[in-house]
Amino acid sequence: MKRKLAKKNFVLPLAPILLGLLVAGPVALGLLMILLPAFGYLPAIGQETLSWQSWTALFDTQGLGQSVRLSFVAGVVTPVIALVSVILFLAATAGTALDRLIRRLVSPLLAVPHAAAAFGLAFLIAPSGFLSRLISPGLTQWQRPPDLLIINDQLGLTMMLGLVIKEIPFLLLMALAALPQLDVPRRVAMARSLGYQPVLAWLFTVAPALYPMIRLPLFAVIAFASATVDVGIILGPGLPATLSVRILGWFNDPDLSMRLLAAAGALLQLMVSVLAILTWLVLEKLIAQGWQLWQASGNRSRFNRSLKMMGFTGLSVATVLLLLSVIALLINAFAGTWRFPSALPDAWTLRHWETTLTSLSGPVINTLVISFVATVLAVILVLAALESEQRHGRSRFTSLWLLYVPLLVPQVAFVFGLLVFTEFMHWQPGLVLVILGHSVFVVPYVFLTLSAAYRRFDPRWAQIGLSLGASADRVFWHIKLPMLLTSSLTAAAIGVAVSVGQFLPTQLLGAGRVPTITTEAVALASGGSRNVIAIWALMQTLIPMVGFILALAIPQLIWRRRRAMRSVT
Amino acid sequence: MARWLRGYLAALVISLGPGLPLLVLAEPDPADWDSVLKQATGQTVYLNAWGGEPRTNEFFAWTASQVDERFGITLQHVKLSDTAEAVSRVLAEKQAGNVNNGAIDLLWLNGENFASMQHNALLYGPWAEQLPNFRWVDADNNADMRKDFTIPVNGFESPWLRAQLVFFHDTYLIAQAPRTMSELLAWAQRHPGEFTYPRPPDFLATTFMKQALLELVPEPEKLYQPVTNSDFDAVTEPLWAYLDALHPVLLRQGRSFPASGAEMRRLMADGETALAFAFSPSEAAIAVDRGELPDSVRAYTMNGGTLANVSFLAIPFNATHKAGAMVVADFLLSPEAQLRAQDPDYLGSTSVLSVTALPAQWRERMQLIRRHPAAPSEEDLARRLAEPHPSWVVALEDAWLQRYGVR
Repeated sequence: MKRKLAKKNFVLPLAPILLGLLVAGPVALGLLMILLPAFGYLPAIGQETLSWQSWTALFDTQGLGQSVRLSFVAGVVTPVIALVSVILFLAATAGTALDRLIRRLVSPLLAVPHAAAAFGLAFLIAPSGFLSRLISPGLTQWQRPPDLLIINDQLGLTMMLGLVIKEIPFLLLMALAALPQLDVPRRVAMARSLGYQPVLAWLFTVAPALYPMIRLPLFAVIAFASATVDVGIILGPGLPATLSVRILGWFNDPDLSMRLLAAAGALLQLMVSVLAILTWLVLEKLIAQGWQLWQASGNRSRFNRSLKMMGFTGLSVATVLLLLSVIALLINAFAGTWRFPSALPDAWTLRHWETTLTSLSGPVINTLVISFVATVLAVILVLAALESEQRHGRSRFTSLWLLYVPLLVPQVAFVFGLLVFTEFMHWQPGLVLVILGHSVFVVPYVFLTLSAAYRRFDPRWAQIGLSLGASADRVFWHIKLPMLLTSSLTAAAIGVAVSVGQFLPTQLLGAGRVPTITTEAVALASGGSRNVIAIWALMQTLIPMVGFILALAIPQLIWRRRRAMRSVT
Repeated sequence: MARWLRGYLAALVISLGPGLPLLVLAEPDPADWDSVLKQATGQTVYLNAWGGEPRTNEFFAWTASQVDERFGITLQHVKLSDTAEAVSRVLAEKQAGNVNNGAIDLLWLNGENFASMQHNALLYGPWAEQLPNFRWVDADNNADMRKDFTIPVNGFESPWLRAQLVFFHDTYLIAQAPRTMSELLAWAQRHPGEFTYPRPPDFLATTFMKQALLELVPEPEKLYQPVTNSDFDAVTEPLWAYLDALHPVLLRQGRSFPASGAEMRRLMADGETALAFAFSPSEAAIAVDRGELPDSVRAYTMNGGTLANVSFLAIPFNATHKAGAMVVADFLLSPEAQLRAQDPDYLGSTSVLSVTALPAQWRERMQLIRRHPAAPSEEDLARRLAEPHPSWVVALEDAWLQRYGVR
């Protein structure tokens, strides 16, 4: 035992380096491998001279400007709406019943993968969708669905709605994780004592302190919204599609020379995402100045009511839409024939489940194995890196920016390059590569969730342990880990949710031989019925959901005799 | 930097142990079928095929159980959402110098994808005509078995299913269906918003355009030559006039198109449209059986015939398990597998075998298969139009996107 611990101490300082490399290495490699074809070098199709040709071809592509604009606008508008909703909600509802309800719902809502939410939303708000059926023909006199362009609209409004309802729970969770460090009640009380109304008090004293803490997650939202593939395919416009969707199409074009164009497009996508973030930085400055002016105006009463209303409605609407989307999926999974104006299916059936069950088991097992291994790997590495950081000081490798790289660089931009690299190294595609690929995306989220709690952990607990003669390892195993159990499990649940939703890395690094729920769902989307898609989307939601439930239940079970331990975060 | 990074990553992966050195097998000789069977035993064959249709997936699952039982082959169906993904993968492997251990053993493809792979020398062959069951297709009397979109197959692909463009309409909503492409325009003008078609790059978009072209152009022979041989703008002019007139009366006034045939079918299921089409004669019947489409749906072909083609199986040049792939392709050509493929209870597709060439017992069983009420009639399916040269697909797709790609 002694010897083992000594050895571990030697390994521990390496953990942050390993963590940083695991996360940033693949991104750097992937980008490198996309750089060459972007400038005309792709020996497999006889292109061996460097040139600007793919760039001129790219800029000659019809509707490129519109595609770029769509991606860019989604990358700026989505985070604005999501952030404003979350901030106003927190300001308006602090301590109310709605606040407690939403806090309880936020984790399960986070478990709904983007693609599943998008499928549900599409069926919810289509002209022949669930909402339309609920009010037809009674309120509308519609016997046939109205010919309205709602899904795939040209401005991408529906796509942005789909993104917003998914990003709100994410930002809310990040904000809720940061808030305990801010001593909110005292801040608000101080502002109240100066005569500010509650909502303004929160906005003036808490929001400016909260914002820097959720800034990086917000940048991840910007990068994701500007480069989403699955939501873009399901809800986004088609003529032309968003840039990322078109890049995927170019990569998959049977005319192999299109891959040069795709590589250039992938770099352009990176630039669009960077531009969206830069735009945000400018907006940020402007808003900060406006905020200061507002604060300095000394106005204590205006807007309290309307702000409160907005805070309540924005988030409630988003939550209800997301919940209804899941309900729409549930109904579809059991629906038989369902002619238009009927509010509910004309017949219910279990047949879709019967025919799907046989094909479910393989992908479900793969999904469980991949998400479990990738998450355990991530949690161990992150814990080791955080512990090393507390013992040996902060390392450059765990700087947040580095760990955030996979979330800030669009997937389409580097995953294809990564594929070329693994081919180049003659690594067999399969489970191991897929798990490593998933880790790249799981680690940042686990780190993000866990690091806040770990760094906040009261150092006096460890000092007591050490002063009683325990080794640093003993303190870690017997004091820190038990007290951080809830946080670690929540981080793991988020890791599982992230892993389950991955499509591109799974399909490409696994050569399609490692079918997961998500790859099957996307394959079926090209030809399957809505009922079958609904089943897969529900399974996609169910696994992360079970993860979140376990994360809540396990501490309750282990600490059933120690109530105080259950709420330690 | 790059070097130590690579070393680190290599060490990481080696320590996890995925890269076992693989044995390079000798190329199988299909003329010596016994040796092929022997080599195939124990192999795992990765069949890359479109996975968007549960029935097809079930059919491949059945195939897997059969080849396992009979030949000791493990068949893995890699479900693709787009066959081009597999083409890209083989290309990436060639790019990386992987010439023996390819991830794909057998690939379902035709048309453009075949032309593209042949052009880039990504396929293995010839092997297909030496398969024992190839004789049942009677290729000498069925020329389409040796041509894929006018491109000679030369034994690089083994046929396995026939497909044909079929229209279907909901008789409950609108009783009359258009029987020619010009009638379709008039029909759509009478019933605005009742029809739409998938947008490129979905293959049904170009299928729809080719179908219209074959009826609208004065000299359809030109379409069977490479597109570079004719004046594209002049030949296709009637098509654009047709589409310009059609789009305003489509669903959503042609401002948005479904992305795939499945989406087009879903629009019909939701009562948004009354007319749709598919490149599979049984699609409507299957959807009716599953409760996805109302039972008032009926399928038919156009009076002048509709496009028909053959689906093939090919082996990439670097396939790891070529012998196993050949055995699977041969099994899929067997009368037994073809019978099941044609049976509406299973796949409901159209066999590539020539009924007259089959032994009597199989001939009878083929002829006994029932027809679903929502499936097109024999006479409808007998009106077949050959696929134009594959170069038209890309040209039509580009021209469509040029005209209508930005709304």
